[in-house]
Amino acid sequence: MKSAVIVFPASNCDRDAAVALEAATGAAPAMVWHGDRDMPDVDLIVLPGGFSYGDYLRSGAMAARSPAMETVAERAGKGVRILGVCNGFQILTETGLLPGALLRNAGLTFVCGPAAMRVEPAGAAFSPSLTAGDYVTFPVAHHDGNYVADEETLKRLEGTGQVAFRYVANPNGSANDIAGIVNAAGNVLGLMPHPERAIAEVLGGVDGRAFFDGLAAARAA
Amino acid sequence: MKAKVEITLKSGVLDPQGKAIEGALAGLGFDEASGVRQGKVIEFNVDAPDEAAARARVEEMCKKLLANPVMENYAISISA
Repeated sequence: MKSAVIVFPASNCDRDAAVALEAATGAAPAMVWHGDRDMPDVDLIVLPGGFSYGDYLRSGAMAARSPAMETVAERAGKGVRILGVCNGFQILTETGLLPGALLRNAGLTFVCGPAAMRVEPAGAAFSPSLTAGDYVTFPVAHHDGNYVADEETLKRLEGTGQVAFRYVANPNGSANDIAGIVNAAGNVLGLMPHPERAIAEVLGGVDGRAFFDGLAAARAA
Repeated sequence: MKAKVEITLKSGVLDPQGKAIEGALAGLGFDEASGVRQGKVIEFNVDAPDEAAARARVEEMCKKLLANPVMENYAISISA
C-alpha cells in the first residue's frame, strides 16, 4: 500500500504519522510539501496534526487553501482514503470535505492526555482491524476540538452512521461526544485524538498500531 | 479604499471565550453585562474602482477565506 503525508508549515505530527505508516505498510510514505500540487499515486493520504500556519485566522483555515489540498480534494473525490488527525481534521472541515467545524474547547483549556473512545461502525469500516462497539485509547492534545454542526447536519451524521469514534468522557464539549466522523462516501476520516502517538508501549499504548494495521489491510485486500 | 470585516460567531454557537469574559466582568462588579460574544475585526486596503466593486471582492474574500459560514457571520464596511 502506498501512502503520503502532507507537510504544512508548523505540522508537528508529520514524522510520527510517517513512522506509524511505515510500520503498518512496510513502505515509507511520500512526504508532500503543502505548496506542491503534484502527488504520487497513493491509496492513503494523511493530513497530520500540528498548528499549521500558527492556527492563524481559524485552526486549519490557511492550510485548507494550500495547493496540496486541491489535489487532496480531487483524490478524495476519486475514492482515495484521506485521514486527517487533529489539525488535519480541522483542515478537512475547513475545506468542506467534512461537515461541521471544530471550535475552542468548551472548558477553554488545552486538553492533553489519553482519551478512550467507542469505535462506531464507520470507524471499523475505515480501519477493519477495529471492531464496532470496542474501545480504543489514543492521546488527545488540542485546544480546538469541540465539534459543532447545525442540528440538521448532526441528525444526518447520526442517521447515516457517519460518526466514526465517540469519546467515553467528553474532553472538549464536542456535540454528541464526537471524536471522529467520516464523509458520506466513507473514505475521508477526521479524528481529533492521535492514533500515531499510540503505536508503542513506551508511548503509553498500542491501540494506534491496530488502527494503522487496519488501514494497511483495507488497501491490500 | 478601506475595508473592515467584522466576524462574529453565529447565535447558538457556544462561545466559551465570551462566557469567560462575561464571568470576568461579573467578577469586577459589572453585573449589568450579559450575552458577551467575542468576534474579530479584519481591516485592509482594497484597490478597486468604486465601493460596489470593492464590496463584491471583499464579499468573495469572506466566503473563500475570512469567515467560516458553518459557525460565523460577517459584516463588511467599505470607506474611502
